Order: sequence, then structure tokens, then C-alpha cells
Amino acid sequence: MVATLLSAAPSGIPEPFLRAESTLGKFMLMFFAIAFFAAVFGLVLFLASLFKGRTGEKAQGAIFAAPAVLLLAVGLMYPAILTIIQSLRGKSGDGSFSFANYSAMFTQPELLTVLRNTALWVILVPFLATAIGLLYAILIDRARGEAFAKALIFLPMAISMVGASIIWKFVYQYKQTDRPQIGLLNQILKVFGFETRQFLLDAPVNTLMLIIVMVWIQAGFAMTILSAAIKAIPDDIIEAARLDGVYGLRMFRYITLPSIRAALVVVLTTIGIGTLKVFDIVRTMTAGQFETSVVANEFYNQSFRYDAPGLGAAMAVLLFVLVIPIVTYNIVQMRKEA
Amino acid sequence: MALKSTRRSAKVLAALATVSLGLAACGGSDDGGSTDAGKDSGATKIDCAPYKTFGDLKGKTVTVYTTIVAPEDGPHIASYKPFEDCTGVKIKYEGSREMEAQISVRVKGGNAPDIAYLPQPGLLKTLVATGKVIPAPPETEANVDKNMPDWKTYGTVDGKFYAAPLGANVKSYVWYSPTAFKDKGYEVPKTWDDLLKLTDKIATDNPDAKPWCAGIESGDATGWPATDWVEDVMLRTAGPEVYDKWVAHEIPFNDPAVATALAEVGKILKNPKYVNGGQGDVKTIASTSFQDAGLPILDGSCYMHRQASFYSANFPKGTKVAEDGDVWAFYLPAKDESTKPVLGAGEVTAAFRDAPEVKAFQTYLSSTEWATERAKTCGTGGCLTANINVDPELLKNPIDNLSAKTLTDKSATFRFDGSDLMPGAVGAGTFWKGMVNWITGQDDKATLDYIENSWPKS
Amino acid sequence: MSTLQPAATPESVSDEVIAPRTKVKKPKKSAAGDAAGALNSRWASFVAVVIAVLWTTPTVGLLVTSFRSQIDINKSGWWNAFANPGAFTLDNYRQALEPGSSASFTQYFINTIVITVPAVLLPIFLASLAAYAFAWMPFPGRNVLFVAVFALQIVPLQIALIPLLDIYTNKLGFGASYWSVWISHTIFALPLATFLIHNFMRELPGELMEAARVDGAGHVTIFFKILLPLLTPAIAAFGIFQFLWVWNDLLVSLIFLGGTPEVAPVTVRVAELAGTRGSAWYLLSAGAFISMIVPVIVFLALQRFFVRGLLAGGLKG
Repeated sequence: MVATLLSAAPSGIPEPFLRAESTLGKFMLMFFAIAFFAAVFGLVLFLASLFKGRTGEKAQGAIFAAPAVLLLAVGLMYPAILTIIQSLRGKSGDGSFSFANYSAMFTQPELLTVLRNTALWVILVPFLATAIGLLYAILIDRARGEAFAKALIFLPMAISMVGASIIWKFVYQYKQTDRPQIGLLNQILKVFGFETRQFLLDAPVNTLMLIIVMVWIQAGFAMTILSAAIKAIPDDIIEAARLDGVYGLRMFRYITLPSIRAALVVVLTTIGIGTLKVFDIVRTMTAGQFETSVVANEFYNQSFRYDAPGLGAAMAVLLFVLVIPIVTYNIVQMRKEA
Repeated sequence: MALKSTRRSAKVLAALATVSLGLAACGGSDDGGSTDAGKDSGATKIDCAPYKTFGDLKGKTVTVYTTIVAPEDGPHIASYKPFEDCTGVKIKYEGSREMEAQISVRVKGGNAPDIAYLPQPGLLKTLVATGKVIPAPPETEANVDKNMPDWKTYGTVDGKFYAAPLGANVKSYVWYSPTAFKDKGYEVPKTWDDLLKLTDKIATDNPDAKPWCAGIESGDATGWPATDWVEDVMLRTAGPEVYDKWVAHEIPFNDPAVATALAEVGKILKNPKYVNGGQGDVKTIASTSFQDAGLPILDGSCYMHRQASFYSANFPKGTKVAEDGDVWAFYLPAKDESTKPVLGAGEVTAAFRDAPEVKAFQTYLSSTEWATERAKTCGTGGCLTANINVDPELLKNPIDNLSAKTLTDKSATFRFDGSDLMPGAVGAGTFWKGMVNWITGQDDKATLDYIENSWPKS
Repeated sequence: MSTLQPAATPESVSDEVIAPRTKVKKPKKSAAGDAAGALNSRWASFVAVVIAVLWTTPTVGLLVTSFRSQIDINKSGWWNAFANPGAFTLDNYRQALEPGSSASFTQYFINTIVITVPAVLLPIFLASLAAYAFAWMPFPGRNVLFVAVFALQIVPLQIALIPLLDIYTNKLGFGASYWSVWISHTIFALPLATFLIHNFMRELPGELMEAARVDGAGHVTIFFKILLPLLTPAIAAFGIFQFLWVWNDLLVSLIFLGGTPEVAPVTVRVAELAGTRGSAWYLLSAGAFISMIVPVIVFLALQRFFVRGLLAGGLKG
């Protein structure tokens, strides 16, 4: 392969600058890359500084933004357009123009299940994670050991989705009722005299079980931001409200909630976008079996396993479409604030 | 030009190998740890002459991409050693469980490996359609004609020969515990009816255990062990000719013949009295990983487990896999003793780069030299190859040895795993998925109709 | 993980509240505390403890499991382990760390580091430049471009795999290499990074920039002398997110770098452990914690920084 690469390399980049096998070589390559990127960065700044005057101003802005915009155009925009085209060209993605993939998506029962699951995820995860995060943020606000209490909820964020899935798969482990249990959840069922269950097998409960994992990861994020938002409510407002005799739940309803509204919106939408793209959890826990597949996972399967890239592309396009309202809302919100 | 592998030189090699293995075997039955195997292989020399025609290969590199990951990769890497020594080519090995999905990404992205071990001929067909697979060189083809003539068709797409078969396995096995059978006085069944009778007897005799255990969970590929069941039974109830028609879609997937086979499988796999030993009810088959599924045989909570020869690697260290050991396998019986259909599978090796060193390596992999080296550097088993000219006695692992004999048995009718031959969308998609749904409650007809409807049109 | 948007800085929040900003000594009770108080503080702490326990138990379970022997794990639940603490063992870790066929775990760790460091730094470089342009430099098409950059967050990275690989191999000629991984990670991170840093920049007072301009400073000077120091918290916050994402990534590196032991990151090795042994919890649990330890330490150590990054907007005078 190395040889092919070299011969195929139009620019003929010398091998040590591409790959390295020794530890030293790798680190050298890494430092070289950082220096290289820094040099590019410097070059952009230098180029920008050459432009002076009013028109120069404008050119400078464009040059500053250029590297990022260029990379995005090539790396995301171009593939996105390719995908849209593919989705309109039949199951294999290279046939003649048709809407067949889209009609398949909304008529085949198993793909409809995928859509139903995705809807469940997108509705449940943001709201549950935000609600739990908010409740916890309120409960521990200015309590003793707040930092530690926060870290406990926070920690799942540092764990990869695959790691989290392994953790929860263990919680859901199934053994027959009369045998010693190794999964915590079934042990609890057993202690209370219920039959043990196969949580990952029975639809639609299994989708809820996967959703719990995502909520577990995201609640910490919601909690962090909402806690910061709560702390930022000016004290005088609270004082004033209190002088007016507002306390307790009314304080929450009329002062806290309105004050953190913007933060709530951001938390909900961010988690929503993340949830639409969820892939690792489903793949690790059920591999999309037992009616648990979601759009992102089905896209991967159709494109790379079932040799139906056109259908996969239609799935991806559906993802964009689903996220558009969220993004638009966010942008409108941003405009208002600006 | 083909590799020189006359019977005589093969015999010499075999003798040498027996000696070196005999010595190594003193260390214990599972001495095939990857590093040992690597050192071992340095001892043998292969005839370098056949590779001279490919020119000077020193300093060249060939990349290999497979589904085989640690610890099974070690013996594979070791089996390349003589070739590397003799030609100076460096083989760069990469194994990934994600290979089946990743290979299409890499090929389409223009970054294919030099050689890929494809676990399904169906996948070869898909990849050939991209136009990136290089047809096998004549030297490889000559080797295949000589060493694995019956398997050549699995590496052929539209009349063109691309990929030489590599590893092989036999799927028509039922794993059991010889001691448990002896204690209870059970006989290894000789016919399908005997098998069903034995199943019922075990169920009646042992209220605490189940006659069968099964598991079809396998990550992305969940469902495949159940498709093997159907194929194996299909070969028995409908016969090889109908089986071939079914695989080629000359009869529909929901044909009565298939329905009969599925119903027969259902008699065992969907009968709560018969399954799922050590795990729970019928549904647990879907969530039990295929690696774990047969282990209850060891603790007596299950008596039989239908799985391929390579399953032997899944028994814990220290389990004796032999006719007189803790576990052993019997041939999944046919209707009567007059026929002997055998279901099996294996990989094929596709090349993506047109270069002398790649061709040389392809040729090596199809040679008896390689197959012999593979047998000798074998780690924990599963070293059977498609090559019929290898002395089966080189395979020290008893189940490999048995499989080699089964494969070369003249009275047996061999058929390749049907799902591996079907188009990927079915064979690695809806057939698997359909079987999962079937296990979790869907009825026979709905399952077969679902798979039939998914068969790619045109 | 694309889970961060900075509009949640307290600044944007408190902007909605009309209030003079005189810092008084904090009263004992906050708005939240007050709401919680309504729930009777004993109940409040009870509920908090319940949530905290629910959130930590799964991890603790697997952690305890990773120190139990293979036989114990399958014979009894991890909660029984405390009855016999003598039975704890490091065997699982020893086995998980055992070199694979050709590589030791250290090598995978080195690979991860070599992948991660540039993949975190590069988007910071590029995004802060672009963010500055979007925030403070008027140029034609600025708004449209900015919205486009933000909107690209919706593109699932899977669709970009084949086209990008094609470009690296056939157009740029570096195929599967570290550069492909670095650049890919950068591309996938840019929408979020640009958006995040932009929003922090917007919240810095415009007068600061005005004054510097009047003094004759160019954009380059302003960017380095004034903005960069103020941006540190925002950059740190993004940096942590990107670090976690790249460190935990499997898919991107498998595609753009390959899975050979010479180049593959830790996640590849853990996935391998998970794959070959079915439900071998003894190996899975140990493997999972080995892969987790660095991100968790980094995260805990920098947590304060991270929260401060989120609060950064609020620091303005």
C-alpha cells in the first residue's frame, strides 16, 4: 500500500512526513504538524496584514475566515451535496432520478420503526436530560460539597459512548430468574419477586433502555450549563421578588425559569442535535437489532453493509431535514440576542 | 507456472512438520501462542523458485486486511514468514471486526488494501462491481485448479476468476459432551429422526437441563448462526439441488421447500422444551452471543449445540476438545445414512493492486506450501484450509483434523454457506434480520415473505 | 460529542433581566435554593442523593467487576464482591494490557496522543481566526457564511467518509496517514468551534476593539494582544470537548488511518477486546476502564477551567 500511495501521490510527499512507525518518528511528525499548522496560521495573518485601507478591511475578514470556510466547503458541504444527489438516484445511488428511496423510507415497515425510534429519542432524551439536570442543579445549588456532587453527574460526559454502553449493558444483563443475577436491574426485579427480563430484547421497552444511557450521559451537560445560568441570576432580582413575597415554587416559576430560558433553549437544542446523530450507543448495545435501530445507525448499515448507499443517503438527508428546524430556531434566537 | 508441490516434497515437508510439532506439543496442548508460532516457522524453508518469475521483490510491502483479530491473528502472521524470508517482501497485517463494512468504504475511497480476506463470496461480488478488484494471476489460478478445484467457483464472478479460496470450515457439526452422553447412555444419532428422538429423550430425562443451546448474537452480524441452521436443514430436507436453486434465487425464498426446512428448524429452536439450555427461554437465543452459546454443555445445563468447526476456539482454556475429551462434535445427521451433505464456508482473497509482489503473495496463499505452513503454525485451531493437497495429519487440532477429513470425504456432498453466496442485502442483511425476528416471535410465513420481498430486483 | 453551545453563557441569560449590576454580597439563598427550599430541604437532599447514586452506581458496578475473577463475575453479582474483598484481583487488567500479536498497550496510547494533540490544536487555530472575522470584521457575505458554518453542524460525519478519503488519496496523495485523521477531525469540529468562539467574542465589549483601532492597531495586533488572552476560557472549554471527542473516537481513525497496531489508537484495541470474546465481561470491564482513565483524569483536572469557560461571558465588567 505504501508503494501505491507513493506512486499515486501527485505531490510526491516524502514518506517520513506522512507516516512514522517509531515512537520518536511519530512524535517528530506530530511536532512537525503542529509547527506546520502554526506556520499556515501565521501565513494567513501575514497575508491579511498586507491589505490596508477600507477595501483591505474587507479582504482581511475574508482571509481570516478562508481556511475554515474552505475546509468546511470541501469536507462537509461537498459530501452533503453528493449525498443529496445519491439519495435521488435509486437504491444503489447511481441509477436514474427517482424518489424511490424516500418512498421506501416511509413505507417499509422496518424503516418506519427506525423513524419511530428516532422520534422517541429526539423527544425523550433532551427533555429528560434537561429536566433531571435542572432538578439536580437546583437541589445542590450552594449546598455543601456542590463541586463534588456536580462531578458525580458530570463524569459520564468524559466517558465515550462505547464505554457508557458497556457500563449499561452490564446493568441490563439477563439471567434466568432462578439463577444468580449479575445484572443489577434484574437483581432488583428478583428481590422484589418479579421475573427477570431481557431489557434489550423486548420492543419497545428496549429503545427506552437505550435512551436511558444517552440521558445518563447528557444530564451532566444540562446540569452544568443550567447551574451556571442559575448562579448568574442577579441577586437583586431575587431580593426584589422576595420583598414582594414570592417564594418557593412561585419563585421558580416566575423568576428562575424565565431568567434561564435562553440557557434552557440552548441545552435542549444542543442535546437534540447530538441525539439525532446518536450511533455508537445503538451499535454497541443492540447493533440496531430487535427494533431498536435509529436513523444514524440505519444509514451506516444501508450504506456500508447492505450495499444500498442510495437508501442510506436518503436516511442522511432525513437527518439534515430533521435538524433544520432546530438550527433555524437557534439562529433566530441568536439574531434576537445580537 | 505453479508452485512445485509434488507429492514427494509435500511428504517431506509433512514429515519435517510432524517432528517439529511433535516436539512443541510436549509443552502442552495449547502451545500455539502467537509468539511461539512465529519462532517455529523460521525453521522451515520453502522453495523460492516459483516467486523468481515475479522479479526482484526485495523491500516491497504488501498490506493484508482481514476480519481476524487477536489472538487468532498471530498464527496467520506467522504463516507468512517463509514467504517473507524467501522474497524479501514485507507483509503488513491488519485485522478488524469492522472489516466487512470498512472494506467497502476504503475501496470506494480509493484506499483499498493490497489483499483482503473476504469472509463471503457475496462480498466479493459487491466489490468486483466497483471495478477495483484485480483478477487473479494465472499462477494463482493454476494453484487453485490443482489444490481447490471445487472451490474455484466461490472466487469467480461472471466467469472471471478473481479470488483464491483460503481458510475453510465445516459447519455441519453438533457439539456435545462425550462424558455426559456416556453417563446418560445416549448414542450419537445417525439419522435426523434419531436426532429428534434423542432430543425428546433428553428433554424428558433432564427436567433441569435442555437438550439444545443456541445463540445468534454477533454484534452487527447477529442472526448468522440461525441462517446456518436453516441452510444445514435445507440440505437435508430438500437436498443439494434444490438448495442450489434456493441460493441462486431460482426458487423464491418463500418456496414450500424452504418453509419445510424452516419448520423443521423451528421444531428444535422454537420449542421451549428443547431450548435454550443454560440461558432461558426461546427468545434468549437472540441475545446470547454465539461465542457463549455452547458453553453450557460444560456445566451440564445443555446437551447439544450446532455450530461450525471453528467453535472449538471458544471453549475456555483447559477444555479438552477430543473424541474422548470434555467436548466433541458429531456430524449433524442427514435423513438417512445414505447421503452426507456437508455445509461449510471460508474466505477468499481479493487483490486490489496490480503489482508483482501482490501477485506473488496471492500465489503463495493459494499454494500447498502456505496451507502446510498454516497448519504448522496453527494456534488454537481453526487452521483448516480449502487446499485438498495438505496432509490432514498436519492439523494437530482434533476438530481441524476431523473437518479436513470431512471435507475431503468422497461420499460427502459439500455445499457452501448459502447466505454467504446470496446478494449482500439478503445474505448479510435481511436473512440475518429475518431470523432474529423469527426467533423473537415472528411466524414462519411472515419471515420468509419478508426475506423474499427484500431480494434485489433485476 | 457536539454538545456545547455557548449562548448559555450567563451573560446572554442575564441580559434578559433588567437590573443594575452592582455586586452585593450574596444572600444566603439563591433563586434555586429557594425553589429547592420549597421542597423541604430534607427531601431536597434526599432526592439529590438518589440522583447521585443512580448516576454513579452503573460505573461503580463495572469498576468493581473489573477487579473480580472471570469465574466470580459470571457466578454472582458484583454487589456480592464486598463480602469477600480478598478475592479482588488485577488479572483482568493484566490480560487486557497483555500485548496483542504485535503491539503493546503503550504503543496504542502513543498513537492516541499523536492523533489527539494536533486534532485539538488545529481546529482551535482555524476556528478562532474565523470566529474573529465573523464577529468583528465586516466582509461581504459574512452573515450568510456564518449561518452556513453553524448549520453544517447537522451534517453527520459518516456521509463525509468516502468523499474525504477519496480526496486524501487521489487528490492530495497522502492516503491513510496521520494528516488525514488530523484534518478530518478538524473539519468535523470546525462548525462547533467557530460557533462557540464566535459567541464568546461577540460578548466582549466592542469599545475595546474600537479603542485599539483608534490607536492604530491592525486586526492582527488586536487578535493577538487583546482577544486571545480574553478567549482563553472559551478555547479551553472547546479544547476539552474536542479532546474527549478525539480521544474516544473509533470510526474516524479506523477509516483515515487504519487499524494496524503501528497507528491505531487505544479505542481500536478495546473494540478488539470487546469483539473477540463475546460477553467476556472480565476483559471488557478492564478494557473499558483502561480507555477511560485518561479522559476522566483530564476532565476532572480541567473541570473548573471548563466551567469557567462556560461562564466566561459573565466576567466582563
